[in-house]
Amino acid sequence: MTVTMGKALNAALRDAMREDETVLMFGEDVGPLGGVFRVTDGLTAEFGEDRCFDTPLAEAGIVGLAVGMAMNGFRPVVEMQFDAFAYPAFEQIASHVAKMRNRTRGAVGLPMVIRVPYAGGIGGVEHHSDSSEAYYAHTPGLKVVTPATVADAYSLLREAIADPDPVVFMEPKKLYWAKDEVSLPVRTSPFGTAEVRRPGTDATLVAYGPAVPVALEAAAAAEAEGRSLEVVDLRTLVPFDDATVASSVRRTGRCVVVAEATGFASVSAEIAARVQERCFHSLWAPVLRVTGWDVPFPPPVLEKYQLPGVDRVLDTVERLQFDDAPDPRFLVAR
Amino acid sequence: MTTQAEHRMPPASPPAEAGLLPSAEPVRFLDDDGAAAPGDAHGRYERPPSELLRRAYDAMVLGRRFDAQATALTKQGRLAVYPSSRGQEAGEIGAVLALRETDWLFPTYRDSMALIARGIDPVEALTLLRGSWHCGYDPMATRTAPQCTPLATHAPHAVGVAYAARRRGEDTVALVLIGDGGTSEGDFHEALNFAAVFHAPVVFLVQNNGFAISVPLSRQTAAPSLAHKGVGYGVRSERVDGNDPLAVLAVLNDAVESARAGGGPVLVEAHTYRVEPHTNADDDGRYRDHDEVETWKRRDPIARLEAHLRAAGELTDDDVAAARSAAEEYAADVRKRLGEEATGDPAELFAHVYASPTPQLREQAAWLAEELAR
Repeated sequence: MTVTMGKALNAALRDAMREDETVLMFGEDVGPLGGVFRVTDGLTAEFGEDRCFDTPLAEAGIVGLAVGMAMNGFRPVVEMQFDAFAYPAFEQIASHVAKMRNRTRGAVGLPMVIRVPYAGGIGGVEHHSDSSEAYYAHTPGLKVVTPATVADAYSLLREAIADPDPVVFMEPKKLYWAKDEVSLPVRTSPFGTAEVRRPGTDATLVAYGPAVPVALEAAAAAEAEGRSLEVVDLRTLVPFDDATVASSVRRTGRCVVVAEATGFASVSAEIAARVQERCFHSLWAPVLRVTGWDVPFPPPVLEKYQLPGVDRVLDTVERLQFDDAPDPRFLVAR
Repeated sequence: MTTQAEHRMPPASPPAEAGLLPSAEPVRFLDDDGAAAPGDAHGRYERPPSELLRRAYDAMVLGRRFDAQATALTKQGRLAVYPSSRGQEAGEIGAVLALRETDWLFPTYRDSMALIARGIDPVEALTLLRGSWHCGYDPMATRTAPQCTPLATHAPHAVGVAYAARRRGEDTVALVLIGDGGTSEGDFHEALNFAAVFHAPVVFLVQNNGFAISVPLSRQTAAPSLAHKGVGYGVRSERVDGNDPLAVLAVLNDAVESARAGGGPVLVEAHTYRVEPHTNADDDGRYRDHDEVETWKRRDPIARLEAHLRAAGELTDDDVAAARSAAEEYAADVRKRLGEEATGDPAELFAHVYASPTPQLREQAAWLAEELAR
């Protein structure tokens, strides 16, 4: 069956709501409209306004309501509509969602999911294309998940809803319409497991979310030029799968992290640090990164210069000192 | 169940508005000295039952002694910090007495007195202010949320808990404690709005004690009163003399039972005063006159209740002595049990971040253990 990622997410919500009546879906425009990306399409019709409903337009209130309902027997799933619109809820997320279990010495867990459509590539105007995963991944107490495949979208969302801890579920907007042959329901590997999407021997590309298809395309193009690139899809940023990443890099001896977010103080920086800590003696070159420039995400006119593309990935791979020459970009003291 | 939305021009004057507005003057039963005041403004409230007033008196005497003890222990370095609620006993105790055990209380850091009135062990109640990393008591067992430090951020939680209970057909009410400063925070407004839209059984008790640390009420709001903030959200609101225990008990009991009966959320503003500095670390001489503090001390809620109950023949010298003696005993126990240095197991830092620690946390726990073993 050919399924889009959006439909797979919709099916995951529907199946979770069918199986467990404590699962609720709420947020802005998620009711009769079905969400601006239609991920909640048909849920109000099937489950009624008590189970999938619209709220006032206030993100802190939405997340705060979910905290209270999760404290009292429900498993809320909330939608933040767009990445940058989640910021009003940040205090709720950082101070309460992430900390409630710890603040109460384990007495109060919050089984809730915050769905965040994120990242660029759909031509959105300003404030509609942020890659905000680092804010959440930096905050202990949250799990942070981002699918890159249709099957993972279904399986990881089901796992997020069933998880006893709060999960920030980052949905790459540009992949909502990505299709795959998938038979639903499907279960893939659990949280904390990265997947080798393409085996290779010369270098490892570590990617997640919207950057995974880019890395795969780059690996396919590199093969034509005689380079064998392995692609690791992280799938969950928290918990992080050190073992799979390190094992791949130890085999290939080279690593490029590909991510759409800005690079400074980012998840890609964390990955690079972890790889050099664990693989230093196996590395033939410094760990390099392909990220967005450290600028506010540009609206669509200049978007293509911000998004990591295949050419930029391939250029970066060529700087991995295959010819033993030092990387010219970092050679000269500036 | 889903219906197409309808949007029409509203009537010239929303008919429900009048019923939402608070009274022009705060509801009060007692004058500043505890003598009977000439009736409450709405005429809807009755004097609370004598038995309830006696319980309130004992709890207020105990609460004040506990509060003084906590302040003293802070000066001795036994607590990291203590925000006193001295002078706010009517609100602290009234909020708890208005609730059933099955109801939920959402307190702030200034509401330790309410915690012990709720039956929480005083040492557990002071865990957070002693400098520990957790709240000290079990919120699920006590139906009392952890004391909230970021202002008003617990208010949407109260709405969620109350709405969840209502969805299951339970008659649970959630009461959230907020200060005057907290009413400026966005979460307060979002919580009022959500509570009204979802018709959640929540009582918002704003204890307007005049100051947000050093900033006076005039810098928080230009509204006629804090209770007026309810009307814009469709929340029925009331004002009460927060140092009049009869009025506080009557109004809060009415608010809680109204919410329980399906009347939707209620906002109560209790006019009171923070007679102590913000915390032991504050210097209130920099921002207010001592005369003002003395004026408010004359409106002492315990003295007013005591005068009223004595005049009504419902409180004897022996009763007063018994209440004070019980409070002394309680304080002595707190003093003794907090005499020891607070300790904690660093290994537990990793235990409750998630239901089960991530591989990274297990790794870090092992590194810390190695460090400690050296």
